[in-house]
Amino acid sequence: MSLRIVVTVKYVPDATGDRHFADDLTVDRDDVDGLLSELDEYAVEQALQIAENADDAEITVLTIGPEDAKDALRKALSMGADKAIHVEDDDLHGTDAIGTSLVLAKAIEKAGYDLVISGMASTDGTMGVVPALVAERLGVPQVTLLSEVSVEDGTVKGRRDGDTASEQLQASLPAVVSVTDQSGEARYPSFKGIMAAKKKPVTSWDLEDLDIEAGEVGLEGAYTAVDSAAERPARTAGTIVKDEGEGGKQLAAFLAERKFI
Amino acid sequence: MAEVLVYVDHVDGAVRKPTLELLTLARRIGEPVAVALGAGAADTAATLAEHGATRVLTHDAAEYADYLVVPKVDALQAACEAVSPAAVLVPSSAEGKEIAARLALRIGSGIITDAVDLEASDEGPVATQSVFAASFTTKSRVAKGAPVITVKANSAAVEAAPAAGAVEALAVSFSEQATGTKITGRTPRESTGRPELTEAAIVVSGGRGVGGAENFAVVEALADSLGAAVGASRAAVDAGWYPHSSQVGQTGKSVSPQLYIASGISGAIQHRAGMQTSKTIVAINKDSEAPIFDLVDYGVVGDLFDVVPQLTEEVKARKG
Ligand SMILES: Cc1cc2nc3c(=O)[nH]c(=O)nc-3n(C[C@H](O)[C@H](O)[C@H](O)COP(=O)(O)OP(=O)(O)OC[C@H]3O[C@@H](n4cnc5c(N)ncnc54)[C@H](O)[C@@H]3O)c2cc1C
Ligand SMILES: Nc1ncnc2c1ncn2[C@@H]1O[C@H](COP(=O)(O)O)[C@@H](O)[C@H]1O
Repeated sequence: MSLRIVVTVKYVPDATGDRHFADDLTVDRDDVDGLLSELDEYAVEQALQIAENADDAEITVLTIGPEDAKDALRKALSMGADKAIHVEDDDLHGTDAIGTSLVLAKAIEKAGYDLVISGMASTDGTMGVVPALVAERLGVPQVTLLSEVSVEDGTVKGRRDGDTASEQLQASLPAVVSVTDQSGEARYPSFKGIMAAKKKPVTSWDLEDLDIEAGEVGLEGAYTAVDSAAERPARTAGTIVKDEGEGGKQLAAFLAERKFI
Repeated sequence: MAEVLVYVDHVDGAVRKPTLELLTLARRIGEPVAVALGAGAADTAATLAEHGATRVLTHDAAEYADYLVVPKVDALQAACEAVSPAAVLVPSSAEGKEIAARLALRIGSGIITDAVDLEASDEGPVATQSVFAASFTTKSRVAKGAPVITVKANSAAVEAAPAAGAVEALAVSFSEQATGTKITGRTPRESTGRPELTEAAIVVSGGRGVGGAENFAVVEALADSLGAAVGASRAAVDAGWYPHSSQVGQTGKSVSPQLYIASGISGAIQHRAGMQTSKTIVAINKDSEAPIFDLVDYGVVGDLFDVVPQLTEEVKARKG
């Protein structure tokens, strides 16, 4: 039987651009260039490798996001995923992590799955909690933050490098996996891949398709409220000296003045 | 006064510093009640009591070491049912965030991660966060349920505040999901003998400019002269010169020490994300145009192989 892999990918504002907030204190996604979160490319890559090692597998990439989020799906399809699902609805604007996990879990169930693969964190929200929340909602094992992953005979195994130890993990499918940027470089889409992606199916679902009420998600349904967002004042210009043989000593004098020595 | 649950991060009963910082923050909101799980849980009580825990709820079972995350969520949920807390505080480690998120979902609460400060208000605790690679500061609240908040290390001072710290056994029954993900092996990280990266008062980091694994000795010598932790950029880690556990940045550790010294690091946005909130920043780089110089309190444009050893000697001389 075919191994059904769903990869969750997020469309995020470019981290090297000028990221900011909209008037309602949500992340401004209109005025900033967006792209497939780099950390989700690692999830797509591992999905492709797992599929290559399976007899028969199908990869669906799933995103929740505005119209432009289709760009993220296209990129994943051009890397080699088979099909895509785009959850788009005006009422999703301002959805927080708890709401995002609800929509993802409903969409994953509707799509059908044996394995969900996510990135370690989104590059805009950087919470790193959505995969754990999706696992909780689906009631399946979470095998998260893996720097190495493999799937064989209905079992997922992986290595999680934690704060105090490196752990070997194991769980039965179905399961939710997330992978880190240590899991292996993501491939670049080939020209052939880019052409093929244009013909791959992208299904659109809205909240009604997923039996979710507007009030459960979006700003209105959010479990958290942002009261203010202020740009961090630029650091006051420091002293910069050119080393002409005494640079280390000058630095030591500065550290002594600041009482670090 | 309302009680605030504090999840205790400990290794065999030795409480890690971020938990003590949480007790400081918890006391701003209510009376701290600590929850300590796993081997050595009861041994945490004396330290926790010294820092303000009125009660210490403990439970030990093999499940905490043998299965990932969920047994701890089950226990925290049991603690919430027993205590009805005004808030739940958890250290912002990767695991801490996952535990907190699943707990929030179960108890119908919102979750805030990576807070760097916490204040009481009429509308509940207000969390300060540093977002978009620390270029913005936000203030947020949990709008539904008892707030579940994870807090970054170095967000508050550790304070002595003696309290009863009475040890009580927590009754926990594990859920069906508790044994879903088995931990089949564990290799403890080797101790470097240096301070923990996220907790250190001083961090000395090296990047691609260090040029090789063996050259990191130069960075380590400076770190040791200052009693500092050693960090690395992703470029240095990807090159295999230094372990990933020492990586500073978006996909590594986030640090906020009193002093951060970057040598041979350009200051890419993903690196800044992990160190920009450091109090004093110093850089050594031979390129005067390197973006890291936009952040520094003091910068030296020069070759790190000249500047760093000279600095190390001078530190040693001054310390006598
Ligand atoms: C999704 C994502 C996540 C990332 N996460 C992280 C992360 O967590 N942490 C991180 O650090 N990066 C991260 N990066 C990578 C980041 O973008 C940069 O590539 C990386 O930080 C560069 O490391 P560097 O500054 O050491 O190297 P470089 O940018 O190559 O800079 C080396 C510097 O050393 C200087 N130099 C060279 N020789 C000497 C010398 N002898 N003396 C003095 N100076 C010298 C050079 O002038 C240069 O400025 C991430 C990237 C992505 C896309
Ligand atoms: N809007 C979204 N659409 C699809 N996947 C998402 C979305 N938000 C988060 N994810 C997934 O969850 C992971 C962790 O996100 P976060 O918890 O927000 O840091 C990401 O790497 C994605 O795989």
